Amino acid sequence: MSDEALICIRGLSKAYTRADQQIPVLLNIDLDVPAGDFVALMGPSGSGKSTLLNLIAGIDKPSSGSIHIGGVDIATLSEGALADWRAANVGFIFQFYNLMPVLTALENVELPLLLTGLSSRQRKQHVQAALEMVMLTDRMDHYPNELSGGQQQRVAIARALVSDPTLIVADEPTGDLDRHTGEEVLSLLDNLNRSLGKTIVMVTHDPKAASRARRMVHLEKGVLVDDAPA
Amino acid sequence: MFLFKLLLKNAFRHKLRTGLTMVGLVVAICAFGLLRTIVSAWYAGVESSSSTRLVTRSAVSLTFSLPLSYAGRIKAIDGVTGISWSNWFGGIYQEPRNFFPQFAVDPQSYLALYPEYQLTDEEKLAFYRDRKGCVVGKKLADKFGWKLGDVVPIKGTIYPGTWNFTIRGIWTGAEASTDENQLLFHWAYINETLRKRLGNRADTVGVYIVGINEPNNAALISQRIDTAFKNSLAETLTETEKAFQLGFVSMSEAILVAIQAVSFIIVIIIMAVMANTMTMTARERLAEYATLKALGFPPEFVVELLFGESLFIALLGGLLGLLLTLPLASGFGAAVGSLLPRFHVSAGTMALQMGAALIVGLVAAAWPAWKMSRIDIVQGLRHVA
Repeated sequence: MSDEALICIRGLSKAYTRADQQIPVLLNIDLDVPAGDFVALMGPSGSGKSTLLNLIAGIDKPSSGSIHIGGVDIATLSEGALADWRAANVGFIFQFYNLMPVLTALENVELPLLLTGLSSRQRKQHVQAALEMVMLTDRMDHYPNELSGGQQQRVAIARALVSDPTLIVADEPTGDLDRHTGEEVLSLLDNLNRSLGKTIVMVTHDPKAASRARRMVHLEKGVLVDDAPA
Repeated sequence: MFLFKLLLKNAFRHKLRTGLTMVGLVVAICAFGLLRTIVSAWYAGVESSSSTRLVTRSAVSLTFSLPLSYAGRIKAIDGVTGISWSNWFGGIYQEPRNFFPQFAVDPQSYLALYPEYQLTDEEKLAFYRDRKGCVVGKKLADKFGWKLGDVVPIKGTIYPGTWNFTIRGIWTGAEASTDENQLLFHWAYINETLRKRLGNRADTVGVYIVGINEPNNAALISQRIDTAFKNSLAETLTETEKAFQLGFVSMSEAILVAIQAVSFIIVIIIMAVMANTMTMTARERLAEYATLKALGFPPEFVVELLFGESLFIALLGGLLGLLLTLPLASGFGAAVGSLLPRFHVSAGTMALQMGAALIVGLVAAAWPAWKMSRIDIVQGLRHVA
């Protein structure tokens, strides 16, 4: 394990079982991601990049191998411990934003903080700061259906960073946005990485989006084929 | 607090669906309450019966009379404190749909055995003095707008002719369960007429009402009475007033069982409807539950969310159904009149209604809650895409 790496993956494999047949998705992956890095996972459909992201985020379990994040082998954690670990360490950004439609922007951003011991006032202060960072304080009382796609993704970014996680994972964060809005979202991620030092792992199809990362990791048929600076 | 806020918002997310489900619940809980009330009303006579009264009737059938001469012999039996008698009159007031029970009674002894029929001394005296007088229950008087001094013409079906009774008293029940839907008049009045017209039917009574000193001795005293008339021309059957009333109810037991079965079937149907709603709701929100779990919320949170929403809808619908039952029962009671004299929704029925709503809420959420608590986060998130 590399001493400086926040994420240290060794011999990681993942296979799904479909109708008694084992379908390998990831094969013997080794990968280190230092703290403060911004990695773009790229590859064609079915290459296993989303599966790798899910494993890093702790929402899926590997078939074999280890995933150490901040020194914790998350592959060995129980469901409950993994949920607690995710709440404390991971911020999620999804392609389709995945906001709660019945909650306002403010309430959506507040969600991860409900799992902490913060008081209501402290939570509001954190939410305010996160929304300021994504420049959406004026829309905090709006519901997701009252916001544009770009604004919804900015709310999702605020939700991802509000609990100050060790790691932010983004699955096609610009996949549902037009080019201009996608650029805005990428700039935000870039800013989070550069000014706040957040470690970001992002899955994308878009080479332009990937070029905003510091490092590009290419996967093909479940195998890591290229790992180079962007 | 957040959980409650979220489940509240979720409950009204699809207003039409929630509204229709709630309408179904309101109707079901209301129907359940009404049907239970019908069953309770049927047993009302049993509930209001006294443990210090026995009823002696012909051992052959209630339609056979007993000789008036038995009164003295029954009164002499050890443990008997009072004796009275009554005859079912079965007359029609104006038209058959105005049915209410009428009894020919021996006024003094009868009212002495029924202290729950509360009349003033003046009313009692006026009734005793007027051979053609009668007393009626307050509900009955209110229903037909009768007041003291009014003449009530009743066409006899068992006793031929039209009989005019003057109202000398209107009783109120000492308890809520006391029957206020009867008319009582002088047994001597019909007996005199029968003696003139049909001599062989005179000096007979339908049933004897026997007052006893000790309810625990009811079986022993009943046995003594029936033994006294064993091998006579008119053997007797004596039972407690409660058993006597239950005998009437048991005649319609099949109907009551059917009503009770229907009341539970209604609850089961709405349970299925509600379970369908909750399952659809959960399936639609699959990605949201997966997102919550990804963010670190435990599976129990999803379970609480679904149970909370289901219980909120079910209990709100149940409460509205219960509240609607009260005016409906009142209207229904007025419509059926003296057929079901005491038609009111009891506290027990209300508790059953809310209990049914609670069970509907719990059962409806059980399957989707179990399913959603076990969803695979990755599969759930893909549901969006």
